[in-house]
Amino acid sequence: MDESEGRPVGRRGFIRDAAVGAAAFAAPGKLMADETETHSHSHDHDHDHQDVPPDIALRVRALESVLVEKGMVDSAALDEIVDTYENRIGPRNGAEVVARAWVDSAYRERLLADGTAAIGELGHLGGQGEHMKVVANTPEVHNLVVCTLCSCYPWPTLGLPPVWYKSAPFRARAVIEPREVLSEFGLDLPEDVEVRVWDSTAEIRYLVLPERPAGTEGMTEEELVEIVTRDSMIGVARVETPSGGEPGGDA
Amino acid sequence: MRTDTGGDPSERVDAERLAALPPLPADDDGPVFEAPWQAQAFALAVKLSEEGHFTWKEWAGTLADELAAAEARGEPDDGSQYYHHWVAALERLVVDRRLSTSTALDDRKEAWADAYRHTPHGQPVELSTSLSQALAEDRIDRL
Repeated sequence: MDESEGRPVGRRGFIRDAAVGAAAFAAPGKLMADETETHSHSHDHDHDHQDVPPDIALRVRALESVLVEKGMVDSAALDEIVDTYENRIGPRNGAEVVARAWVDSAYRERLLADGTAAIGELGHLGGQGEHMKVVANTPEVHNLVVCTLCSCYPWPTLGLPPVWYKSAPFRARAVIEPREVLSEFGLDLPEDVEVRVWDSTAEIRYLVLPERPAGTEGMTEEELVEIVTRDSMIGVARVETPSGGEPGGDA
Repeated sequence: MRTDTGGDPSERVDAERLAALPPLPADDDGPVFEAPWQAQAFALAVKLSEEGHFTWKEWAGTLADELAAAEARGEPDDGSQYYHHWVAALERLVVDRRLSTSTALDDRKEAWADAYRHTPHGQPVELSTSLSQALAEDRIDRL
């Protein structure tokens, strides 16, 4: 898919063949489009079936699959539009959670103890009842989130998953060689930093609480929200100190 | 979070068409969505219109009617339900134009709900998987 070339992630080598994952949310007949292989195992959960989406989401899925089947609209064309707005679908909620944790140590404690409840305090839980576990980066530990089986992702807090998150190479390699993967994202961790990889399941979704960068002591919570990137909450990037008083920026 | 470009700008829906709609949730950079289904519903309206199944003007009119009806019912006009009305308008127009029927859409919705209920985590949710097959796989999975 050509359109992936223009994206910030497109320049990263292993992501290039990830475009197959782009259809994941809108493809007719499939939820996770990049998931074509058959799994012989499941996560160890008592209830590992997928949650039924809210009624309204099912109505949209019904419309889409019926119309695509009848050839009235092309599913790839729909995917292209949805992907175009990938970063426009609820992505700031997680940043609000992180910024609050940075300025409010009591909130931080609640967040790490019970992520679902603490994120709920800010009104950012989705209708699918997923449990959120928040893992904090420290100078000694770096956390990385992946879903090796498919593309579980806490979209109410992070928006739509980026194409590379859904890609087979990321899903496989994040577990096998996380340091190399992080390095390809431009994040070179010192040898003495422990890397923890969290594999999302149907029931538990993870959010990384990145370290608050140096030099941001004078920033307000609202300003801090602007510097927290999606990538930092997946764990493939750090939050950088904004330069020249120009907060924001994923590059 | 603000500087993400979100892919190929050429796939963005032009401002002129967006301006013809009742004001939709947006910021300076364009539409914002609270959930994936909203973006999917948005894309459906755009593409069905581009394919000539209805004009953009007809779409805007249907959506405006739906929003007006909601207001008449006394529902809060705070934008929170915008895409619920969007989906209702889309269903209405699709049925009006005989692209599908209410029954077909309802049946399909139930089929999707069933597919979710019977598909283990990590496997794609597919309508083609028959119920019995899904149940059989489920049993094997749990042995």
